[in-house]
Amino acid sequence: MFSLVPLVVLFPLAGFAANAFFGRQLGAARAGLLAVLAAGAAFLVAVVQLAALAGNGFAPVTVPVAEWLRVGDFHVAWAFQVDTLSVTMMLVVAGVGTLIHIYALGYMREDVQHNGDPGRYPRFFVYLNLFLASMLVLVGADNFLMLFVGWEGVGLCSYLLIGFWFEKGAAGLGNARAAMKAFVVNRIGDFGLLLAMFLIYWTFGTLTFSELFERLKTVRLDATGQLIVTAITLLLLLGATGKSAQLPLYVWLPDAMAGPTPVSALIHAATMVTAGIYMITRNHVLFALAPQSMEVVAWIGAATALFAGTIAVAQTDIKRVLAYSTISQLGFMIAAVGLGAYVAGMFHLVTHAFFKALLFLSAGSVIQAVERGGAQGGAHAGQSAEAHHDPQDMRFMGGLWGKLPITQWVFLIGALALAGLPPLAGFFSKDEILLDAFEHNPAIFWVLVAAAFLTAFYMGRQLLLVFFGQPRSTAAAHATESPAVVTTPLIILALLSFFGGLLNLPKFGLYGYAGSLLLKEFLSFSVEAEALPFNAFVAGLSTVLALAALGLAYVLYGRAQATAQDRDPLAALLGPVFGWLRDKWYVDELYGFLVVTPFNTLSQLAARALDLGGVDMTFNNLGELARAVGAGLARFQLGYARRYALVMFLGAVAVLAYFLIAR
Amino acid sequence: MIPTSYYLALSAVLFAIGVTGVLTRRNAIIVFMSVELMLNSANLTFVAFARQFMDLSGQVFVFFVMVVAAAEVAVGLALIVAIFRSKQSISLDELNQLKG
Repeated sequence: MFSLVPLVVLFPLAGFAANAFFGRQLGAARAGLLAVLAAGAAFLVAVVQLAALAGNGFAPVTVPVAEWLRVGDFHVAWAFQVDTLSVTMMLVVAGVGTLIHIYALGYMREDVQHNGDPGRYPRFFVYLNLFLASMLVLVGADNFLMLFVGWEGVGLCSYLLIGFWFEKGAAGLGNARAAMKAFVVNRIGDFGLLLAMFLIYWTFGTLTFSELFERLKTVRLDATGQLIVTAITLLLLLGATGKSAQLPLYVWLPDAMAGPTPVSALIHAATMVTAGIYMITRNHVLFALAPQSMEVVAWIGAATALFAGTIAVAQTDIKRVLAYSTISQLGFMIAAVGLGAYVAGMFHLVTHAFFKALLFLSAGSVIQAVERGGAQGGAHAGQSAEAHHDPQDMRFMGGLWGKLPITQWVFLIGALALAGLPPLAGFFSKDEILLDAFEHNPAIFWVLVAAAFLTAFYMGRQLLLVFFGQPRSTAAAHATESPAVVTTPLIILALLSFFGGLLNLPKFGLYGYAGSLLLKEFLSFSVEAEALPFNAFVAGLSTVLALAALGLAYVLYGRAQATAQDRDPLAALLGPVFGWLRDKWYVDELYGFLVVTPFNTLSQLAARALDLGGVDMTFNNLGELARAVGAGLARFQLGYARRYALVMFLGAVAVLAYFLIAR
Repeated sequence: MIPTSYYLALSAVLFAIGVTGVLTRRNAIIVFMSVELMLNSANLTFVAFARQFMDLSGQVFVFFVMVVAAAEVAVGLALIVAIFRSKQSISLDELNQLKG
């Protein structure tokens, strides 16, 4: 049973290869179906692993596949670590991934039409399957190097998929720039991860997780050792901030929304961005030895949660709100693992994968509904001027309730789950993080509570702007529901978002009912897991605050805005601060000023002065010199054999004369 | 007995004629014959010195030169035939396609 685990990677890889080489011949329908089957097969393999683990008493198992590197003492294998942690990740990645594959069947069919290149349809599934394979390598790895392979693989796929419409976007470069930004910013994080790996090998002599943790159990750290472990964990954190979009490297994620919506859901909400949380959880033994690093991790998470939340409240792009919300929720998870609450972090990771994938996918459904409405409305009224607005701009939506009978309900469920209302999944998972913060670090608790308040507020704002009030454009007025292939995955995800809390129900101690804590029991075979008793104060506070935030959103946005040009009611409330929030605290501009502009200047300098002026000029001139010398010498080559003979003869005479006369 | 210097003088004259032929004539066959003349003037010198010093190695050397000359004639004439076939001429001045 365990020996099947390589298939979890091989199925998507086979789908990738088949579609990459024969996608065009297969045609759109079969290429898409093949990709979905590959993803579904991977999910089945993950389920088989779960069953195998259960049969094995949940004890971790390492499944070696092949030798990879052996240089002296240095040894790395392709091997899978099957334990409760990795199987949890596999189930989420492959499960949510399969649903998103199905959704993409319908969504991309319309997207390629809308963007005018239907031939690109199979390519999307090529990338999507490659992503799934890389992500499963990442979570299944039993050593750092293999994890790194997956880590880079998902980064590559992220790049490819953000730039899927690489010729579109602002000035025809916007999407390509967004893809490049994501890749470059992620490189900074990857650099941290690489350095951490070097340090780990240098200090402990192994890159295999199980061996490393075994050695850490017996190790006695002196002051230097403590310093090294702190450095290692901080470098790992740098890697996590890149991949999981935390301060200060979060800037790539909002721009990554340039990718098609299934990409935003799969990569930039549910799976890839959680790699950092998974990686820290995987290395919890290492982090346990570095309390200062844990403190830093927790604070970075909490700060990100609040910071991204403040930006989210003022965005107008339906996907950007969700992007900042994702950053904020990832901040919650990072804060949780920083507090040592690994189960809470993983729990939130799982439920967040459900409801954020749901939100993104239903946002995609809304966007396409509006696009369809725009095409229809324009045809009806014969006016195209108004139809040319951004179909993702919430200011041009409104009044969609009733027009999208399925999307509206699943979006509502997702939004309320994210806002943290009981009994939806988000309530339980977020509450557990808040509870851990409450017990261990009150300062972080209050930061997270503020972030949770903002979460509920911006979700309320989004709900009201998109679905309620009156339509603020003809496109919104003529919006129509998406096909069943799009809505079916939404319904499944909505059910998961609704009932996901059952995965890890806390022990209430009320009415004699004791919760199940299923996930905690499950994960306790991989990470140290503590279960705090249900705390009525924390749960009550977060519920009341969520309701208050939704109420505030209703007060501000409940009264219908008449036109898209109306001033945002929040702007009236906040005044100039609103501008700062809307413009994302000018962080992009700050980075542009501090890093990008100096770097570009330096590049220009290197290109013009050093390369063109120095290196190129030297070698061009050397070439010119050789050419000139050759041209000069060519004059002696007349091509007359007798002239050559004469020269030889005179030379011979001269040599003879020298020997006979001069000596 | 004829003094060795006579042979040397004759040899020098023959060599000079050969050089002049090589340097002045355009016809490849004449140039070729001139080269043979130079080779044979050198042979004459070898033989003359061999007789004077009563040493056979000079005569042996002449045989080597003759062998080389025979080989050269074979290759050279073949070349000239090939050149004539392609250019309909054996003038050396027209063989200037490799000039820089």
